[in-house]
This record gives sequence, C-alpha cells and structure tokens, in this order.
Amino acid sequence: MNPPSGPGGQGPGQGLVVRGLTVRYRAAPVLRDVALDAPLGRVTGIVGPNGAGKSTLLKTVVGLVRPDAGTVTVLGGPVDRVRRRLAYLPQRSAVDWDYPAEVGEVVAMGRYPHLGLLQRRRPRDRERVAAALERAGLTALARRQIGELSGGQQQRVFLARALAQEAELLLLDEPFAAVDAVTVDLLTPLLRELAAEGRGVVVVNHDLSTIDRLCDGLVLLNQRVVAAGPTAAVLAPAALAEAYGIAPVVA
Amino acid sequence: MSGVIGVGGVVDLVVGPVVQYGFFRAGLVAAAVVGVTSAVLSCLLVVRHQALLGDAISHAVLLGVAVGYLVGQTAGILPGAMAVAVVTGLLITWVERNSPVKLDAVMGIVFTAMFAAGLAVISVAQPRGIDLFHILFGNVLGVSPGDLVLTAVSGGLVLAIVVVLFRPLHLWSFDPLTARAVGLRVDLLEYVFTALLSATIVASLQAVGLLLVIAMLITPGATALLLTTRLRSMMAVAAAVGLVAAVAGLYGSYYVDVASGPAIVLVASACFAVAFLFAPRQGVVARAARRRR
Repeated sequence: MNPPSGPGGQGPGQGLVVRGLTVRYRAAPVLRDVALDAPLGRVTGIVGPNGAGKSTLLKTVVGLVRPDAGTVTVLGGPVDRVRRRLAYLPQRSAVDWDYPAEVGEVVAMGRYPHLGLLQRRRPRDRERVAAALERAGLTALARRQIGELSGGQQQRVFLARALAQEAELLLLDEPFAAVDAVTVDLLTPLLRELAAEGRGVVVVNHDLSTIDRLCDGLVLLNQRVVAAGPTAAVLAPAALAEAYGIAPVVA
Repeated sequence: MSGVIGVGGVVDLVVGPVVQYGFFRAGLVAAAVVGVTSAVLSCLLVVRHQALLGDAISHAVLLGVAVGYLVGQTAGILPGAMAVAVVTGLLITWVERNSPVKLDAVMGIVFTAMFAAGLAVISVAQPRGIDLFHILFGNVLGVSPGDLVLTAVSGGLVLAIVVVLFRPLHLWSFDPLTARAVGLRVDLLEYVFTALLSATIVASLQAVGLLLVIAMLITPGATALLLTTRLRSMMAVAAAVGLVAAVAGLYGSYYVDVASGPAIVLVASACFAVAFLFAPRQGVVARAARRRR
C-alpha cells in the first residue's frame, strides 16, 4: 500500500470548499448559492433527485462548467493549481467503451499528467499502474479490451486510473449507477480505505441505498443545499422529504 | 495480357512505370504520403465519432484554396486552406453553442456554405491555374516536383505532431471530460487537430482531391478499428491500409485507366469490406461462427 503524499497529519485537511456557488443554464438556475465542505480523510456524499444539479456541481468544481457566482477551493487553492492532485471520474456514459483501448492502457492514462510529452514511462510509473490495477481488482483483466468489461469493472477502471494518478481528492459522478453487487461490495470498502489514508472522496449519488455504509457526511442537494452534516442526521425523514419533495417511504 | 506471366513479367509491371516515368514516381510518393497521413488522422476522427468533421473541413477548404490562390498563387493555397479550416471549426462551435440547432445540422449548414462560397469565388474570378475538376477529384499524375516537396514536408510534419502530442490526443479522444479536468488545453488541441486536418487535405489535393480525401479520412481508421484493440496499433494498421490503397490504387489507375482518386478510394473501401467480413474477432463471419458455437 502506498499512502498518498498528501497532508501530513495536520488534522482534517482542506479537501473541497465551495462557497456561494451559483450556476445558470440558459438563464434557468441549476445551482443556487451552494456552500459545502468535503474535508480530506472523509467520504462525502452529494445526494439528491434527478435534476438537482449534482453533476453540474462536480463539473463546476473541476472547471468544466463556469459558475455565475461563488468560489471553489480545492486542496487549499484554486483548482488550476492542483489539477494533477485532483481526479474527476465522469459518469460511465461519458465515454465510448468501444474505444480501442485495453484496461491497463486506460489506467496508465492516470500517469499522463505526471509525464512530459515525449518522456518515457519510468519504473515508478509502471509500479503505480500495477498497484492501482491490483487495488481495483483488475490485474487479471489488464490486457482486456475495455468494451468487454461489465459496468462495474468499467467503473473500477476509472477508479484505478485515479489511483495511478495518485490523486488526493477524488470526485466520483454516479459511480454506483447500473453497477453489479460485486462492484458495490468492492468499491465501498476501497473508497473508505482511500479516505482513511487521508484522501478526500466526494461521491455524487442518486440512489440512497448504498450511501449510509459509505459516507461520513452527506450533502442533500436540490439546486440549493437542503441539508448537510453527518450521514445519519441528514438521512432523517424530514430532510429527505424536503429534498425529494415527497415523504420517503421508511421501511 | 497472356495467361501466364513470369516473375520477370510481374516485376516489369511493378517497376516499369516507376523507372520509366518521373510523373509516376512523383505521384506514387505523393499518394503514399497522403495515404499514410490521412489514415493516421482518420483513427482520431473515427474514435471521436467525428467522421463528419473531415467531410466538413474538406468541403470548406475549397474556399480557402480559391481565395488563397487569388491572393498568393500556389503559395497562398496552404495558408488559405488552413485559415478557412480553423474559421470553419470556430464557426461550427459558435453557432452550435448559441442556438438549439444540433451539431450535425450546424456542420452541414456551415460546410456547404463554405463550399458554395468557394465555388462562387472560382466561378466569378475564374483563376487560371485552378482546375475545379482536379481540385475535387485529384490529378495525381500531374504532381510537380514542387508539389511533391510540399506534400512530403507537410505529411512529415503532421505525423511528427501526432507523435509528439500522442498522449494528449489519446486522453482527449477517449475521455474529453477527464482531459479537461486534468488541465489539458482541449480547446488548443482541437485547433491543432483542425489545422492538421486541413494541412493533410491540402496535401491530398493532387493525389485524391477534396471530395475523395473524405474517404481516406474515414475508411482506413474504420478498417483498423475492426482489427485492433489499441489506438497505437489502430494507427499503424490504418497507415498500412492507407499506404496499400495509395500504391495499389495508383497502379490500378495506371493500368486500368481509372482516375487515381477513385482507384485509391476503391482499394481502401475493399480493405474495409474484407475486414468487415473477415476480421478475426469483430468480423461478420467470426461473430456468426461464435454465435453458432
């Protein structure tokens, strides 16, 4: 196991800090005055109904969407200064899985930000890729064409790429969407482990069923922050009802 | 031709025109360079689902060729074509972002407008030295030594840039969102790619012409996609397909008396058909066999 080169024990470090974030799409607000903290060493869940602006929030954090107002601080600075240490895992549907690539090759793309244009891969680059494949349970599939993988395995490819990148803050967009139970069982402890190592993990999720086992803290989002805090408190029925606009069925 | 041709006869058929005719040599080199370069770029267009972009830019380039030639004669063609190609790319992006019209329709509108403008400029100015038929369909056996140098240099440059930018192009073509998230200047990369496309299209004017280069910007890449599992090998296989198409097409054109552009494209299409049917894993036959088992 290789601990990240990240914050050396100065308490819960600054992962992601968002203040006053407002984003409009063709004049319609998508996010209104959103504030949230996702510290290092924690798994933070962002949950909410479809159209709540969850994905937009992540995209704004990494600079894919320009905000109309507000600030985003990543790892203590503006995102442009820390891009190498930040991994964004898009929804699986964002890429074409028929693309001609093998698993190990995609994971090795995580090393690209650390390499010059024509620089040869160094032994440590290969080691990081091998270790990332191992941790994501993909070693046996390294030479497999990515299109032959199950949805869960594809999601693990994205995660392995972020591990190879040695990212200190990971932003995952719907990692559990249409994923098999095996992957949920593999991904959940792995993400917890990453947080225990001192990394920040932010997970956007539509589905609440897996979230209580995974997240230390939750942000309930429906264009604005409806509730935020420790997972158990946020999952209280009243807060959920406001976010989803209906009373949740409690089993 | 007689039923039996000795080895010497075959050698004669292959070597004969090369030794005898300078124009054939020049044409062969020009076609080979264009075949390889356009094939390498075709891989990126195919994996990015942007096959139509080659179509759009090659049509639009007609305007650049016409205006460039009017301004600076032969030397004006390449800068004119590149400028128009980049403007076309910008215009497509701008119109798409600022209207509900979707990308495919916007591309269709913009490139046909540029093409029409090119035709209009040529028909009004009637520049001597521009033969519309040759521009559209190629005239590889009329390649001058000057053209040849230009083709070779621009082809070499395009390939060198693809090699240097391979990692950014790789990440961008697979996962553009992540490419931007890690700080890659995707906008710059797209301009560079557009410029590479337009340089290749201009270099191919003589060999296959503006309309048929569209095929060379799609077919070799699509053929290679059926045969490979990695972008690197896909580019290598596509380059081989492009080379074979160029060389075989040129010989075909010499012996059967077909225009060089169509001959080259037909060979490339035949390569695709063979791969489509018989590719070991992804071919129709192999798939059917697997299903039966």
